[in-house]
Amino acid sequence: MIVAEVWWIGLIEAVVIINVLLLAFAYTTLVERKLLGRMQLRYGPNRAGPFGLLQPIADLVKLVRKEAFFPAKVEALPYIVAPAFSAFTALAAFSVVPWGQGWHIGSYYVNGVVANVPIALILFFALGSVGVYGFIVGGWASDSKYSLLGSMRTCAQLVSYEVSLSLSVLGVILLGHSLSLSDIVNKQIDSVWYIGPQFVGFVVFFLAAVAETARAPFDLPEADSELVAGYHTEYSGMRWGLFQMAEYVNMITLSALAVTLFFGGWEGPWAPLGPLWFVIKLVIAIAIFIWIRATVPRLRYDQLMRFGWKVLLPVATLNAVITALVVAWTS
Amino acid sequence: MPQPVDTLKGFAVTFRQLFNKPITVQYPEYMRPVYPRFRGRHRLWRHENGLEKCVGCSLCAAACPADCIRVVAAENTAENRVSAGERYARIYEINMSRCIFCGYCELACPFDAITLGNEFEIAEYSRDDLIYTKDILLAEPIKQVPVADPDEFDTPIPYYQVHS
Repeated sequence: MIVAEVWWIGLIEAVVIINVLLLAFAYTTLVERKLLGRMQLRYGPNRAGPFGLLQPIADLVKLVRKEAFFPAKVEALPYIVAPAFSAFTALAAFSVVPWGQGWHIGSYYVNGVVANVPIALILFFALGSVGVYGFIVGGWASDSKYSLLGSMRTCAQLVSYEVSLSLSVLGVILLGHSLSLSDIVNKQIDSVWYIGPQFVGFVVFFLAAVAETARAPFDLPEADSELVAGYHTEYSGMRWGLFQMAEYVNMITLSALAVTLFFGGWEGPWAPLGPLWFVIKLVIAIAIFIWIRATVPRLRYDQLMRFGWKVLLPVATLNAVITALVVAWTS
Repeated sequence: MPQPVDTLKGFAVTFRQLFNKPITVQYPEYMRPVYPRFRGRHRLWRHENGLEKCVGCSLCAAACPADCIRVVAAENTAENRVSAGERYARIYEINMSRCIFCGYCELACPFDAITLGNEFEIAEYSRDDLIYTKDILLAEPIKQVPVADPDEFDTPIPYYQVHS
């Protein structure tokens, strides 16, 4: 269901969403540090402001004022562009995620999504795949062995897990008969949340999403104990901040996609709160990401590859095939 | 072998910690009591009649492995009696940026003139400020550190002998 929307409303929405997303990124870092701290019997940041609430702002000020270190032998253009590129694709991917039904305000119609495109899901994965190049190129351009190792791992890991990620949502596409995320949510509101019929798909999706965002236990591209900081070893200041932003925004965006595809998007179990339900589900999804990080130790590299290709991929394929058969049978 | 049940148990463990009180000591506001034998900032002592205990023998300087103590002695005279002995320390300096807090000076001193106190917050902004003169060492330390109950911790019999 695509309803025409005046172009400048979309523009305003885009500006608002980007700012909300950046704020969410800043406070996700705080929530992560707090939650990790509490899970390890620490307090986490509690000095800057009440409960450490000003910590993200202090971090931002520090990062902006910090020298953006520039090693002598870097490939200048890719080195500078890579973090901005990754951050851009991460932010852009959120534009197709719907957070509300859409509203009539006066004579205008406001979509519950920045860009209501019929191929939203493909666009999402396309942007995600392109964003990986930022990490790979950034690590390569740094001219450092740790960066190069990090970007090689990024290359191998993100490419192999992207396959499982894309295949795992195939079942949802088949059930929803659409690639538009708004349509998929509307379908779920009419029937059931797809976490039920697509539970296997959800598990594969979530594991692949953790790997895709390069977070523990799949944080091999930036394994601090082995590779210093992986692909962003040679970055500092706000360039490093942009990489960090890309990583966290990717996490938020993939959580949002999980909420949209498997948990009915903006639909709530009782009160019609609209976007608030979306936010609540999103926060829970992010908390689970953090919980996983606090619990599971990092995988070894061969374990990572084996898990991706020998477990997730066959399961995702099987899930897609079975869903296809069932959908063909019943319709 | 993957062990999914054990992994889930691990998740339960981390989740349970959320409801426990963190064990972090909030240091600047709450200072943990140091043990009674803690070796911190040095202190020079006086006799009860006001005379300095230090007689300027330089044994502490000789014992110091970090070579951070400098003593220049001078004779006591009838009109200028500083210490109880024949001589006194005209200059007594400890370079705190070199001190390793081993306590050998305390052991070497024949008159218990120098001891190691409990204060450990001795950071300064300048290296020059870390050279403590005699006046600084003779005065009461500005910062005071809580000391744990000696009955509880300062056992005369070593722990490993009691519990073996």
